[in-house]
Amino acid sequence: MQKYSIFNLVKNAFSNHENWDLAWKDPTPKEEYDVVIIGGGGHGLATAYYLAKEHNITKVAIIEKGWIGGGNVGRNTTIIRSNYMHDENALFSEFGMDLWRKMSQDLNYNVMFSPRGIINLAHSDAQMNAYARRGNSMRLNGIDAVLLNREQVKEIIPMADFSENVRFPIFGGLMQPSAGTARHDAVAWGYARQADSMGVDIIQNCEVTGFDVTAGKINGIRTSRGNIKTKKVGLCVAGSTNILAEKLNMTLPIETHLLQACVSEPVKPILDRVVTFGAGHFYISQSDKGEMVMGGDLDGYNSYAQRGNLPTLQHVLTEGIAMMPFLSKLKMLRTWGGIMDMSMDGSPIIDKTHIDGLYLNCGWCYGGFKATPASGWTFAHTIAQNRVHELNAGFSLNRFSTGHLIDEKGLGTKTWIS
Amino acid sequence: MLHIKCPYCGMRSQNEFSYGGDASVKRPELNKEISDEEWDNFVYNRKSPRGKHLELWQHLSGCRQWIKVERDTATHEIFNTYKADEEIS
Repeated sequence: MQKYSIFNLVKNAFSNHENWDLAWKDPTPKEEYDVVIIGGGGHGLATAYYLAKEHNITKVAIIEKGWIGGGNVGRNTTIIRSNYMHDENALFSEFGMDLWRKMSQDLNYNVMFSPRGIINLAHSDAQMNAYARRGNSMRLNGIDAVLLNREQVKEIIPMADFSENVRFPIFGGLMQPSAGTARHDAVAWGYARQADSMGVDIIQNCEVTGFDVTAGKINGIRTSRGNIKTKKVGLCVAGSTNILAEKLNMTLPIETHLLQACVSEPVKPILDRVVTFGAGHFYISQSDKGEMVMGGDLDGYNSYAQRGNLPTLQHVLTEGIAMMPFLSKLKMLRTWGGIMDMSMDGSPIIDKTHIDGLYLNCGWCYGGFKATPASGWTFAHTIAQNRVHELNAGFSLNRFSTGHLIDEKGLGTKTWIS
Repeated sequence: MLHIKCPYCGMRSQNEFSYGGDASVKRPELNKEISDEEWDNFVYNRKSPRGKHLELWQHLSGCRQWIKVERDTATHEIFNTYKADEEIS
């Protein structure tokens, strides 16, 4: 594989950049693989990469129904953070933060990781107390957290509404300075390129139509491009988890819902942090191109549509304008939607299943993108060693029946309530 | 914008309704012996199909009645609506 470097850039300039290697190949499926990963999104690509890099398992195929990076890894709002209160989420995410910091070097691909900090705004004394508690929990787990008062927030984001007579006045906020954003497509492409170079077959436009399971063991999968034999299958299909689970006669604690995001027209730099509204569900950052990147609530009912409905967008942007009134002057450039695998406690599942050789990675809810490296790393470990790593031991499938829920937001099983 | 036909009030916009989830989930009979698995299926496990889905909605900003709606989760087409206690064959 050609290394991406300033020297190769200059060298290739002499041949008008026409002689670069393809970033990944387009192989036809082989008859058999050691591991098949279903889903060529961020998590699937990362899993294949860490299987090859950390466990020397390179006879791996990634089976993708569409094209790699066309699902949620290309549809999110690119936020990376580890500001969780519960140990399971906090330690897992903070492990991921380390991988994020090294990712561009590790993948030899600029993922434009920008640790600009995230601020969760508080709009009441009670919320300040809750944030103080969460900040303390974070610090006990080695994660940076700073509790800001109103004046401190005003210094950082003066464009927010600090007037006296607003419905949700800003009391302060909780900041994680090391949080940030990254270029989401580059993450998918970087993992794909490295995985491919180590021998992983990335098979696109190939739909999984069924599974060969005999005596509780997986023996292979059936696809639109033929049958593939394998002893290990990893499911990384986010919003399509229930569709494949049905083919396996499994019913999971997952519902598929639609989440929208949108960007405004590009404007000059105004916001150099990620900011979330505390009295509803709205988050915003500014991309390197100048667009304001915004998102918020789920559409509110089970959906596989991959496109959104206007009432939710209006509701979310009303919150945005309440927080930062200047947004009302911007034109909307694009809106889009992705389908989320909403788990019943808001936390993910990375685990083995009752079928020998079938591994499950799902339930990412609103936070799949930031989890990409840690999810791939721990899922690769789980598949390669056939046992969970301590980092994903809490994300078990049976925690719902044993009562060991990780209910970060205290929302319970009504996943559409935000 | 979805348009949902409330069996009591007629066709209304989605904004008047709130969602209540899968209507096919049945609470286990309390007078019987109930296994953990049955509770699990009632509380947590969901089919979440792509296609026809029978679900509960409440006409919150209207008559406040709970209703059942048969809707396609991929196209959002609404096939039929029922009163909450209506048996559906």
